[in-house]
Amino acid sequence: MIPEIGHFALILALALAILQGVLPMIGAHRNNVAMMSTARTAAVGQLVFVIISYACLTWAFLQSDFSVAYVANHSQLALPTMYKVAAVWGGHEGSVLLWILLLVGWTVAVGRYSRSLPDSFVARVISVLGLLSVGFLLFALLTSNPFDRLANPPADGADLNPLLQDPGMAIHPPMLYVGYVGFSVAFAFAIAAMISGKLDREWIRWTRPWTTMAWIFLTCGIALGSWWAYYELGWGGWWFWDPVENASFMPWLIGTALIHSLAVAEKRGLFKSWTLMLAIAAFSLSLLGTFLVRSGIIVSVHAFATDPSRGIFILSFLGIVVLSALLLFAWRAPSLDSDAGFSPNSRETFLLLNNVLLVVATIVVFYGTLAPLLYEVLDIGKISVGAPWFNKVFLLPMLPLVFLIGIGMHTTWRSHKGSLLTTRLLIPAIVSIVLGVLIPGVLYGRFGVMVSVGLIAALWVISTSIIEPLRSWRRAEGAARITPAVLGMSVAHMGVGFFILGVTMVSAFNVETDMAMRAGETVEVADHTFELRELREVQGPNYSAIEGVIDIRKDGDYVAEVRPQKRQYLVQKNWMTEAGIEVHWNKDLFIALGEQLGNDTWSVRIQYKPMIRFIWFGALVMALGGLIAVTDRRYRSTATGAETT
Amino acid sequence: MWKYFLPLVIFGLFFLLLKTGMNDIMEGKNVNELPSPLIDKPAPQFELPSLTDPSKTVGNASFANEIAVVNVWATWCVGCRQEHPFLMKLAKSGSVPIFGLNWRDNQAEAQRFLQQLGNPFVDSAFDADGRVGIDWGVYGAPETFLVGADGTVLYKHLGPLNQALWDEYFVPHIDAAGNTK
Repeated sequence: MIPEIGHFALILALALAILQGVLPMIGAHRNNVAMMSTARTAAVGQLVFVIISYACLTWAFLQSDFSVAYVANHSQLALPTMYKVAAVWGGHEGSVLLWILLLVGWTVAVGRYSRSLPDSFVARVISVLGLLSVGFLLFALLTSNPFDRLANPPADGADLNPLLQDPGMAIHPPMLYVGYVGFSVAFAFAIAAMISGKLDREWIRWTRPWTTMAWIFLTCGIALGSWWAYYELGWGGWWFWDPVENASFMPWLIGTALIHSLAVAEKRGLFKSWTLMLAIAAFSLSLLGTFLVRSGIIVSVHAFATDPSRGIFILSFLGIVVLSALLLFAWRAPSLDSDAGFSPNSRETFLLLNNVLLVVATIVVFYGTLAPLLYEVLDIGKISVGAPWFNKVFLLPMLPLVFLIGIGMHTTWRSHKGSLLTTRLLIPAIVSIVLGVLIPGVLYGRFGVMVSVGLIAALWVISTSIIEPLRSWRRAEGAARITPAVLGMSVAHMGVGFFILGVTMVSAFNVETDMAMRAGETVEVADHTFELRELREVQGPNYSAIEGVIDIRKDGDYVAEVRPQKRQYLVQKNWMTEAGIEVHWNKDLFIALGEQLGNDTWSVRIQYKPMIRFIWFGALVMALGGLIAVTDRRYRSTATGAETT
Repeated sequence: MWKYFLPLVIFGLFFLLLKTGMNDIMEGKNVNELPSPLIDKPAPQFELPSLTDPSKTVGNASFANEIAVVNVWATWCVGCRQEHPFLMKLAKSGSVPIFGLNWRDNQAEAQRFLQQLGNPFVDSAFDADGRVGIDWGVYGAPETFLVGADGTVLYKHLGPLNQALWDEYFVPHIDAAGNTK
């Protein structure tokens, strides 16, 4: 009965979504206040029904109601409760429901925090979000109903994919979805602006924190996925250029460009149509990612159970949404552009370069991801584009970008007098070059061109982004303090520096070995000795495992004990690697069990990863920077100012 | 002005690319998955005890000289439960005999499954350790093979079967075999 209630609630939500998509739009067109005011109410009503529906599915999981096909396919009696809750989005149908929940949640938040904007504009934004919601609800109801029943329910379920039974993985998808869904606000904003035919600075300022919030979640989501892949897949890699990783990375790149171009559009009224284009692109790429993952058109380790009818649906949805947005763009964007000038030596120029380079980087990833399909369709052979290609080509736009960050941050709007490189940035430039050349040789005993280039880039970004906060800190009491917007920018850029530092050091000084070991044996890798003390069997709630107990010593001193496991999950029978990782701020020692080679002999993978933590730490710092920027008062002052009038 | 139409044109072309790729998938030209190497090759030889009566054996000999369906199933497999009603219907229609390969399963549970839900199979081979499954290149249950009268594999389907899939992919092979007879 409960699952039917969930199904029914979803249908009611669809009805409200249609109202929310149609009435406010007509109201805004006819300037009919009553019709416009339905927007917020319809969104709240829709949210209530989607929450009911989502709660029903969660209930079915908690009760282990295996008569629901989706539950039977993604849960099991012995599954720990936490993962039963997370299993709701552990498969295709439930994750679509989660997506809808987040979309409607954001819509209600938009309605709540938009009192400063004209009614007709808000009505249009909420209406566009409603139309998007109609698309996703139809998708769920027509092709991916999570409440479908089984005629012959099994006694026990097929279990959640063991790869997903991990805390990091459990929160990774919701994070990503909040990011994707967040970009739909920027998209709805762009559409509403184009329909209105004008683009006030006030409106642009209003979208900035929304876009940044979406970007923060996407950043965290991607970083979590990377961190998870590192310790859970057992290869010790942190990024694989897998199509699905790329699908989340492309909206991130465009979203980053969008954040920067919004700054120009707000401050200087420039790049308006370009900003609208980026807002459309960021959301379209999120939709494209959904299509790639769920249609089976591209091979990936992330493959959902694919079904061509779903692929056709999303493709049609993608086509309708993007084509209508671009038609509107071709019609309305020309009238929105202004042609205020700026000097070549100005912040505008650097932000333009930032945008161009980020878009080029996106095109690189886009081509690499879709080239196999292109070749297939044009019938000119089969190719596969692998990580080495991406690693090389992706650097081309990225290297100039990171060097430009340092200068761009300190350049003033309109026109900058004098050269920064000979004044304020001279010391950071010298320090990063000297340290970048020396550190590899002195600390790691090996010089190299690419290491030094990477290190110089990292140190350059870090040192140039520290200048502003430092100057503010040294200013006298009572003097103007650094604004959260500038501090946030500095911190986010510092995160980029940390990230580059981690990537550079890991790719240059990483040590990887695979060796056969039996209990009692000791090996030496990267100045550490690893003794396999014993191999034993361990029982988990829904798996059994072989566990290796390994003592790590350095120069004879005890460092740590790690316990890598090889788990076999009882229902799905597949083997999972649980790596044993000894974490230090400046290095990881990564130990994973490979294959059983014979009686008591296992292949053991031992890796030394210098500074790998900086990769995820850097991403976190970037997100933190975004968070600081969002708290800037000028985003709120307009809202509170409007409420008092 | 034309530059404002550029995104539209680029996306239009890209959309065509995706559409063509998707059409290929719909036509069964799966762009990713390699077709089973067994297709048009003789079905791998096997002989296993029958699930229901261990004194008998089931093997290629059981369906020699007739077109037959070989369905890989197990009680732990949810997809098998999903397709089970369809297999029952197919068995009742009598158009083609269905043989089961009970794969990596518990014998008692498998027998109970057939007693409770009905037995669509002429007979099921009991492949406890999954060795025959390996020979047949089984990724995961359910999988369904169509084996011709001459013992060659005509078609293989991955995942739960239903009427639409059956009509689209299996029936043409069966009709073609009927015509050449």
